[in-house]
Amino acid sequence: MNAVTVSDLTKKFGDFVAVDNISFEIAQGEIFGLLGPNGAGKTTTISMLATMLDPTAGSAEVCGYDVRKNEDGVRKSIGIVFQDPSLDEELTAGENMDFHGRLYRIPKKTRLERIVELLDLVGLTERKDDLVKTYSGGMRRRLEIARGLLHRPQVLFLDEPTLGLDPQTRNYLWEYIERLNREMGITVIITTHYMDEADRLCKRIAIVDKGKIVALDSPEQLKRQVGGDVVTVFSPDYPEALASLNISWIERIERYDGFFSIALSDVEEHLSELMKLLIQYEIAIRSVSIHKPTLEDVFLHYTGRSIRNEEAGTKDHMRMAYRARRH
Amino acid sequence: MDVIYTIWLRNVKRYLRSKSRIVGSLGMPLFFLIILGFGLNSVVNISNISGNYVEFLVPGIVAMSVLFTSIFAGIQIIWDKQFGFLKETLVAPISRTEIMLGQTFGGATTAIIQGTIILVLSLFIGISIPGPGHLLIAFGFMTLIGIAFTSFGIAIASRIDDMNGFQLIMSFFVFPIFGLSGAMFPIQSLPLLFRDLTLIDPLTYGVEGIRFGLTGVSQINPVICFIVLSAFSVVMIGIGASLFRKIQI
Repeated sequence: MNAVTVSDLTKKFGDFVAVDNISFEIAQGEIFGLLGPNGAGKTTTISMLATMLDPTAGSAEVCGYDVRKNEDGVRKSIGIVFQDPSLDEELTAGENMDFHGRLYRIPKKTRLERIVELLDLVGLTERKDDLVKTYSGGMRRRLEIARGLLHRPQVLFLDEPTLGLDPQTRNYLWEYIERLNREMGITVIITTHYMDEADRLCKRIAIVDKGKIVALDSPEQLKRQVGGDVVTVFSPDYPEALASLNISWIERIERYDGFFSIALSDVEEHLSELMKLLIQYEIAIRSVSIHKPTLEDVFLHYTGRSIRNEEAGTKDHMRMAYRARRH
Repeated sequence: MDVIYTIWLRNVKRYLRSKSRIVGSLGMPLFFLIILGFGLNSVVNISNISGNYVEFLVPGIVAMSVLFTSIFAGIQIIWDKQFGFLKETLVAPISRTEIMLGQTFGGATTAIIQGTIILVLSLFIGISIPGPGHLLIAFGFMTLIGIAFTSFGIAIASRIDDMNGFQLIMSFFVFPIFGLSGAMFPIQSLPLLFRDLTLIDPLTYGVEGIRFGLTGVSQINPVICFIVLSAFSVVMIGIGASLFRKIQI
């Protein structure tokens, strides 16, 4: 049985189509990533899978339960860590956990055992009796994950779990998520707009843009589709002549706004030749970067746009400022 | 029941921890009681209802304290929306009616505590209560006011998303409900139009019920008060629960 089966799922808000007819399946025990820029429809998809939003059309099953017909079945089998904070800051970590355990009707003895065990797992045992409002961003995130696991869900949704966290904490969380998946066999569905996060964690990735899945495969396969090596040339010109030449080692040339990228099979061997050609065709070169394909290149390839980290950066910043103001 | 208790417990814990809120919300009722009570005590003569004006005012101020605290407790839902905590409860495998009831009873409990504090404080200014049976009646009415208006707050909070609407609620609901409740003036002395408005205001029946409990005299028969206020509570729970069920986040 699949952990998640989605077919032709659609969500409209008025005229705006947030999720546009998507279908995919997630196997049990998989770490599956939804990768895309802010506003691509990742959170909306997760909200529908978690029964928080009604789909406009299509259907979805989680652990064999239909998200529309059997809400409670779905809710019992999933854990979710929301993008925005969802802890009660006026309660302690222990009380937040206890509240969750009672809502899921976990018997007292089991509940108390698991709370001790999970707080230990996320390294918050010593701070158990402190109010959450005294916690740092990373500690809150860890507490939310621990809370999401309290009722032993089969599927764990993590919506931008490392948003706004420092690199060290992000690394720690990644290791932790991998361990959960490996040791407890939990299916993890993660949304992110961080390429490295998706690359590092996910077994398969769905690249989402404007409500659609534009590509779905393992990170390795996705990158392989882009080519062996990528040379990105920042230049106001575009080497049309070069593109029309049929050179065997050039796999593809793609033009973007202010730069173009050349995918080729063996950059070490052909770089000087490539440079010679660019000079020969009088292409003005502002700068050149050479790298192995990343998911960034994959995203660029499928959508024609970069995921625009700057834009995401401002949004994150605003979100963090908003959070900070509310504390 | 477990779930209702859990949500009740959270509300009460939060309330007991916010000392500044407890003290802060005593300010206005005490202000009314002292300034208005002692200020008007010598000029107002209502010997047909009560010994003096301060004594007349106490039940109204207790009701006011319960009213403010309970509406405020219902409106807490807006904070839970903004701070994201509401999602945590809405995504749990429990019914929304249970969440709403837990919130209602939690809010009512804090409102009763707040009303009791005012009641105890007013003992110091010379109020004498007829007896334990009457006191129980007063608490019964405080409970009903608490339940009805926490539900009312939840109903409002279900429809608005941020605190910008808060001032609007205070001006157009809370103050008129209090002002027209007969808490500050004898109903008989009002012009006809205001008398009718007062009789429409559900809080009037709460104030008169508490008045009967605390002083043994009331302007409206306490049985009628009980029936009207109970019916109002049931209706408010119904409206609150149905609006709460429709929250989309």
